[in-house]
Amino acid sequence: MYVAVKGGEKAIENAHAWLAEERRGAPDVAELSVAQIREQLSLSVNRVMAEGSLYDPDLAALAIKQARGDLIEAIFLIRAYRTTLPRFGYTNPVATGNMACDRRISATFKDAPGGQVLGPTFDYTHRLLNFKLAAEGGDPIAPEAAPRTEPTPHITEFLKGEDIIQDEPTSDETPGDLTREPMEFPSTRPLRLQSLTRGDEGFVLGMAYSTQRGYARNHAFVGELRIGKVAVEMDITELGFAIEIGEVELTECETVNQFKGSKTEPPQFTRGYGLVFGQSERKSIAMALVDRALRWEELGEDNLGAPAQDEEFVLSHADNIQATGFLEHIKLPHYVDFQSELELVRKLRREAEERITPKEAAE
Amino acid sequence: MTAQAQFSGGFDNAPVQSSHAFRAAMNVMARPGEIRTLAGAQPPAPLSVAAGTLLLTLCDPDTKVCLAGELDTDAVRRWLTFHTGAPFTDAAQADFVVGAWQALLPIGQYRIGTAEYPDRSATLIVECDGLSAQGAQLSGPGIRDTARLSLPDIPALQANAALYPLGCDFFFTSGATVAALPRSTQISAEV
Amino acid sequence: MTELSEINTEARRARMGLLARAPEDALMALWQKYATPPRFEWLRRPEIGGVMVRGRAGATGAPFNLGEMTVTRCSVVLEDGTVGHGYVQGRSKPKSEAAALIDALMQTAAADEVRAQVIAPLSERVQADHTRRAAKAAATKVEFFTLVRGED
Repeated sequence: MYVAVKGGEKAIENAHAWLAEERRGAPDVAELSVAQIREQLSLSVNRVMAEGSLYDPDLAALAIKQARGDLIEAIFLIRAYRTTLPRFGYTNPVATGNMACDRRISATFKDAPGGQVLGPTFDYTHRLLNFKLAAEGGDPIAPEAAPRTEPTPHITEFLKGEDIIQDEPTSDETPGDLTREPMEFPSTRPLRLQSLTRGDEGFVLGMAYSTQRGYARNHAFVGELRIGKVAVEMDITELGFAIEIGEVELTECETVNQFKGSKTEPPQFTRGYGLVFGQSERKSIAMALVDRALRWEELGEDNLGAPAQDEEFVLSHADNIQATGFLEHIKLPHYVDFQSELELVRKLRREAEERITPKEAAE
Repeated sequence: MTAQAQFSGGFDNAPVQSSHAFRAAMNVMARPGEIRTLAGAQPPAPLSVAAGTLLLTLCDPDTKVCLAGELDTDAVRRWLTFHTGAPFTDAAQADFVVGAWQALLPIGQYRIGTAEYPDRSATLIVECDGLSAQGAQLSGPGIRDTARLSLPDIPALQANAALYPLGCDFFFTSGATVAALPRSTQISAEV
Repeated sequence: MTELSEINTEARRARMGLLARAPEDALMALWQKYATPPRFEWLRRPEIGGVMVRGRAGATGAPFNLGEMTVTRCSVVLEDGTVGHGYVQGRSKPKSEAAALIDALMQTAAADEVRAQVIAPLSERVQADHTRRAAKAAATKVEFFTLVRGED
């Protein structure tokens, strides 16, 4: 039972004023602008957009500034803001095959048609701290080469001809939306993907890692990982046709998984899918692994009782705003609840002592 | 119809006007029988100002709308689509239904919610010739003692109230006035 | 007639897409340089909202909801009755107003002028940004050579 408390207004006001001062930090150090956060902490901005479930780099940067860099707090701010927006509609599904790829790699096909493009990656860096950045960063300039002008096709498209990879038949079924209707179990793959793409990166990463370590192992390779901008198109009823209403940066990961066949499916490669706002590589690979693990039933695999196969477990705990809300509420005033608990424990102890004492007296 | 006419008649200042309209809609639903002014939109005929304002306030691309009878015109459809984006549907799936009482019958064809989600039910906007505080006697939540409202069909509305906590909720609109009847209100014939 | 209207629709689609995607500062600089805005009335004042972006499972399969993006839209009518719609990414009311007015003007006798002074230079700017990124990506294209094939 929750009991309201009163008072404390002055202390709360002062705490918030101090919070603002602490957020600013030492006044002799220049203040961060939202544009600086957007441009120079862009991977934090991307995470806040992905898990806040709202693509708007300026807003995400503002949230990070306001939250003093606490990304979950920033995600919370974005989630709260997005509930105030009227929903104009739903876009047509993005065509990631038309992505202008900044990065496009495959761990499985060395000579992927369209080529392997590393992009601005941390891979192959030595993870040595660069002390030069502490002094001055300078304005580094990347080399250029003759740009590719045609779209880069998906690698899995090339496997399809051989019939050795599971197909993803196109449908135009309207997907459920967990921001509109509460999640019910058993769920559907579209709802699972929505839940995973906005799920906590750490949680999804941990779940994905558990599948690699043997809990519902399904031997994933990255068939393709691509990062880049994709146009977003929506039907506009007053126009009677679809127009592009913007473009978003996305990270897409398709895994190719070993699959020896099941009662219902022939031996073939199966697939897991990750698609996340922004340059969010770790998250999209993790999402693809968890997506694949959750598909056990559809593919006729055995339920091994692994956590990553348990859709209710995964989806109910993936959202960091739900989790932190419930976790952190236990620090707020619960005085009356605890008083009754205290009374109960004292009473039980008294009764226990009374049971022991007469015995001792008899001896 | 000119392109301009198709797109005009919405709120001039949507945040403020829709807030006022929402407040009026909430108040009449909280105080069954109370009649209030509801204006702001200029919908195409035959949609009343109150019904049009209510639709602009309550509908968006996630709410399915059913236009009943004479209200189902191209002009009304285009106007509502431009200003709300609400999709049109049939009676059995609608979140909001608008029409004159005769065009809405039978009332049993609309969604009444489920035991787990009683809110997944239809709200009916009934276009009336006039609204007055006479006729059926109302009592229940939001009514101090009793209230009176000119209802189009007492037995049908009593049957709906008997479904509580399931059932439909009703707005009654006429010109720029609105009244409401939630499923929780008890109705007795005039005495 | 049908063919002509299809061509017009395609041109309008391309234009509106460009206006939606273009950086706000680039569009506003060109628009302010173009002229004093025409007289108009609002059919729908600028409003900021969200649009749910969808993807497809496995890139080609069933649609799913990926997350929302911010969009600002408005609609205007010029004095001669021409209607213009603006849908732009982000939260800028001035940008959506400029987009709607440009959409309207492009259906009038002012079209050639607007195309020359706003649409064409904006398109060049957006294309140049795009090409520069593609050129940087191309410079990181890699050829891996398999040296030893493991036998396990």
